[in-house]
Amino acid sequence: MPDPLSSSPEDGNRPSPEALLATTGKRHQGRLKIFLGAAPGVGKTYEMLLAGKAKQREGVDVIVGLVETHGRAETKALLEGLEILPRKDVEYRDRRLAEMDIDAILARKPGLVLVDELAHTNVPGSRHAKRYQDVEEIRAAGIDVYSTLNIQHLESLNDVVAQITHVRVRETLPDHVIDEADEIEVIDLTPKDLIQRLQEGKIYGKQVAERAIDHYFSEGNLTALREMALRRAAQRVDEQMVDYMQAHAIRGPWAAGERIVVCINEHPSSASLVRLARRTADRLQAKWEALYLETVRHQTLSEAERDRIANALRLAEHLGGGAVTIPARHIAADLVDYATANNITRIIIGKSRRSRWFEMLHGSVVHDLLRRSGNIDVHVIAGETEPAAPAELIEAPAETTAKSFDFKPYLVSTVMVALAAGIGFPLNQAISLPNISMLFLAAVLFSAMRYGLWPSLFTSLISMLAYNFLFLPPLFTLTIADPSNIVALFFFLVVAVFTSQLAARVRLEATASKKRADSTAALYGFSRKIAGIGDMDDLLWATAHQIAAMLKLHVVLVLPQNGSLQVRAGYPPEDELSEADLAAATWAWTQGKPAGRDAETLPGARRLFLPLRTERGLVGVMGIDREQQGPLLAPDDRRLLDAICDQAAIAIERINLAGDIDQARVVAETERLRSALLTSISHDLRTPLASIIGSASSLRSFGQSFDGETRDELLLTIQEEAERLNRFVGNILSMTQLESGALEPRRSPVDLEDAIVAATKSAARLLGHHRLHLDIALDLPLLRLDFVLFGQVLFNLIDNAAKYAAHDTEILVRARRDETDVRIEVVDEGPGIPPEDLERIFDKFFRVHGGDRRRAGTGLGLAICRGLIDLMGGHIYAENRLDRSGARFVILFPNTLAVDRQELDKLAEEKFWNETTAAQPMLTPALETAAVKKDGTEDK
Amino acid sequence: MSHGTRILIVDDEPAIRRFLKSSLAAEGFEVEQAETAASALLALRQTKPDLVILDLGLPDRDGLEVIREVRTQSAVPIIVLSVRNDEAGKVASLDSGADDYITKPFGVDELLARVRAALRHRLQAQGTGPVFQSGELSIDFLQRSVKLRGQELKLSRREYDLLRFMAEHAGKVITHQQLLTAVWGEAHRNDVEYLRVYVRQLRQKLEDDPQQPAYLQTEPGVGYRLRILDAPKA
Repeated sequence: MPDPLSSSPEDGNRPSPEALLATTGKRHQGRLKIFLGAAPGVGKTYEMLLAGKAKQREGVDVIVGLVETHGRAETKALLEGLEILPRKDVEYRDRRLAEMDIDAILARKPGLVLVDELAHTNVPGSRHAKRYQDVEEIRAAGIDVYSTLNIQHLESLNDVVAQITHVRVRETLPDHVIDEADEIEVIDLTPKDLIQRLQEGKIYGKQVAERAIDHYFSEGNLTALREMALRRAAQRVDEQMVDYMQAHAIRGPWAAGERIVVCINEHPSSASLVRLARRTADRLQAKWEALYLETVRHQTLSEAERDRIANALRLAEHLGGGAVTIPARHIAADLVDYATANNITRIIIGKSRRSRWFEMLHGSVVHDLLRRSGNIDVHVIAGETEPAAPAELIEAPAETTAKSFDFKPYLVSTVMVALAAGIGFPLNQAISLPNISMLFLAAVLFSAMRYGLWPSLFTSLISMLAYNFLFLPPLFTLTIADPSNIVALFFFLVVAVFTSQLAARVRLEATASKKRADSTAALYGFSRKIAGIGDMDDLLWATAHQIAAMLKLHVVLVLPQNGSLQVRAGYPPEDELSEADLAAATWAWTQGKPAGRDAETLPGARRLFLPLRTERGLVGVMGIDREQQGPLLAPDDRRLLDAICDQAAIAIERINLAGDIDQARVVAETERLRSALLTSISHDLRTPLASIIGSASSLRSFGQSFDGETRDELLLTIQEEAERLNRFVGNILSMTQLESGALEPRRSPVDLEDAIVAATKSAARLLGHHRLHLDIALDLPLLRLDFVLFGQVLFNLIDNAAKYAAHDTEILVRARRDETDVRIEVVDEGPGIPPEDLERIFDKFFRVHGGDRRRAGTGLGLAICRGLIDLMGGHIYAENRLDRSGARFVILFPNTLAVDRQELDKLAEEKFWNETTAAQPMLTPALETAAVKKDGTEDK
Repeated sequence: MSHGTRILIVDDEPAIRRFLKSSLAAEGFEVEQAETAASALLALRQTKPDLVILDLGLPDRDGLEVIREVRTQSAVPIIVLSVRNDEAGKVASLDSGADDYITKPFGVDELLARVRAALRHRLQAQGTGPVFQSGELSIDFLQRSVKLRGQELKLSRREYDLLRFMAEHAGKVITHQQLLTAVWGEAHRNDVEYLRVYVRQLRQKLEDDPQQPAYLQTEPGVGYRLRILDAPKA
């Protein structure tokens, strides 16, 4: 065999990617070996235990997950020396049933686990519906599994077995399980030997054995089953060989591009058609799919029939084929179109069960198909009708099983006919109309449009009778005198029936298209609605509401949050999930498959959980339930739900992504601020330190040789730079306090003039080169502010003004009140602020003159101002002066912060009452405004 | 005035003690030092200082406790060294019995001014005369008369009470609560707006320029202080 790596790319002998992928996928998970037998009692379990013991001797950690000995002594003996895991009790309808403890196996993590009867159906309430799913999970954990299987359980052979043995096996195993098994060992025993073992009582008790031999274990049956088992195993060998050849790029005589489509309908034989398609496809190594052509008739189908279609499609998927539904008008034509477009080579279709009469009227689909199919092979199969499974009967919704007969259409139709007669009869008496039958035709048309086919046929009939009775001589009898009238009456009936059919069909189409249009409109409305939603909770609520409204379901939406799944929305509102539901939701989320009610996994949950999926992955799960028993969703509803879910999933992802982007932006911004802070600390704080250290060391080294003036200068530098450093540290502290939210304003009534004066006093040292002018109105109220924090804001604003305005210019602090606000301004005569930066200057670390700083600062001063003013309930902004260059910083405090005037007035009254000497005007006009001298020294 | 006056410096930072010691010594004070609350209380008993400079952040005990303990033994003026943005701490130490505070970092000029004010107040407290004099302002407690540049000022009773209380503690910071309790009574100890209104009125009467008050100083977030100015040279 050539090494795949040595083969050159030109020769085309490259390994098929799929085959390689399948091989690599298998490497991570545990291997599955199936011991396949034709019937119970051939010794599968025995062989499996032998093989397990052999492995154990090789040093593999082997445990028994579950083995049924059926009381057989030889088998029991073999269990000696093997670790048997205790089973788990599952409560079901007051009974305790023991099932394999899958969690114990996963926790124990052996090298190999032995699991009997792969096709077993678990007790409801177990995690998985079927044992093979347990095995899949065990294998996914990297644990090897040995298991046993009887051939009759294989899904695709189900009806063949039923034909041969007349026993329909309920416990079936999807074919893909055996396809994907790594090894199959056929445990073969000739029918004669098996029957002998049976008679010896080695398999069942003697009595049971007798019955078994008469029924299932007849020699003929066993021979057939044995043949099937051997064939299936041989086919497996064949597939393995093909896989191997493909994986190693060996040219082979592959079946060339066969593709099969099996056409299904609501007939019960559809399931067997699907299985047949699968077997055919297996033989031909072909891809295959089941196709349902949805015509207007779909609307007339009962729920049970629709369920059968859905089940057949599901079965096809189960068996590894595709499942397709397309809308169609003409079955044969659309089927051939589809087949041609998809390179289908064979069409499988069921034999028609319609009467010859019906086919003459409607034409036969099969004949039509044969005529049109060209070079596509058409297999017409007499599918076997399966008895409806009891489960289906239970699940069928109550309203369809007993579809009550509705009299109303017939009653109304009768009234319409009577009306036609009532109008027609006097009219006819008066003017003798030749075509009075048209009136009755109108009644038929009405009935057909309004109520459909059967009522209109009924109307046709009674119209004919009424016409005959009232208008055809002899009148008021049902006999007809004139033979030509018999013909006329006959034609009337024919026309009425055709009209009925035509009108009924139009009505069906109209209903169907209206229903489609309604769903489409609803979907469109939904997509428009959610497109505009930017908030996750709103979106989820809208989705839940939409589904609840359109499909009459209870909905919960479960999304991951803080590392666990949480109910984020529900309609009707729901906050918590029961344990079973949470388990199902978690399963659906981790496995990306449906779980819960009606699903294969955890069917004990109250809700069905469906994964919400986008191309990028899962975004959450949706749980649905309804109060009524029975299946949650009709196939049509399921499609609608899928469409809504897809849209919702995309919208959820959109919001998640937007959140991620915001998050990324925040991270980036944080990063920028952090680096700015580092720059600020490392650079701006070091600058004054450099001056201080430089000056101090100069003084120490050369202090003696410096003259007095130089020494003074250096000392002044040290002091000023240290003070600057102190302000920087103060700013960083304030910013930290502000950001940590630790700053709580200590409010007390503040006299603004007092506060402004105090702030200018502490800023006096900074104002050595500027004129400060205070212009403070006299009617300012006391404001509830933090005196110190407000002072800090003013200090920073004055500091800022002094930093940017040229020497010997004026800095004005003005305070005024108007109807709504108290307004404090700090106005300078500097260069002003670039208009685009008016808002950004309040950002942390923003500086207008990035590069050439005239005076170093931390870029925090204004950010602190804004933080503090916001904290105190005010507002601060910057603008440029209009009268000249210069910046104006405006602080607005709403009047609501003012201390109640009445209280102050009371104080004033008290004052006059207590006046010791004659009252005098309290305020001297000359003191209204005054310029503060800029010298900052304390004592005169 | 400085000679023979003994000052106790309590601070655990050697650098702070060093510059305080040299500056105060240069001014002619005798300086004692302590690093901890325990050694400070010992020194207080042994050396009987005339003034204590106390850092609130001592390693062994809470500064406020130390103030209260000192007050049980002595009326010695205490100047507290406080940190920025800690107005609550300043108020608490003043209410506990400290006479003044100064915020770190500070210039030595500022400290010396406070030291002098505190010492002067101590002297006044020992023998307060019937007349208070500061700059051009004089208050005759017996006559209940207030004069500015010899001119009688007309004050309401509350204004007078407020001014008198501040004059009695001239040079010291008086917290809002202390003032409100003394003038309006315990019930009004939190009505800071009374103070704002009355201080404003007082300033209009006392000060040449209320926007640059010479006598009635605001201590942001803490209280007020009536400064003692030298008598006019005129």
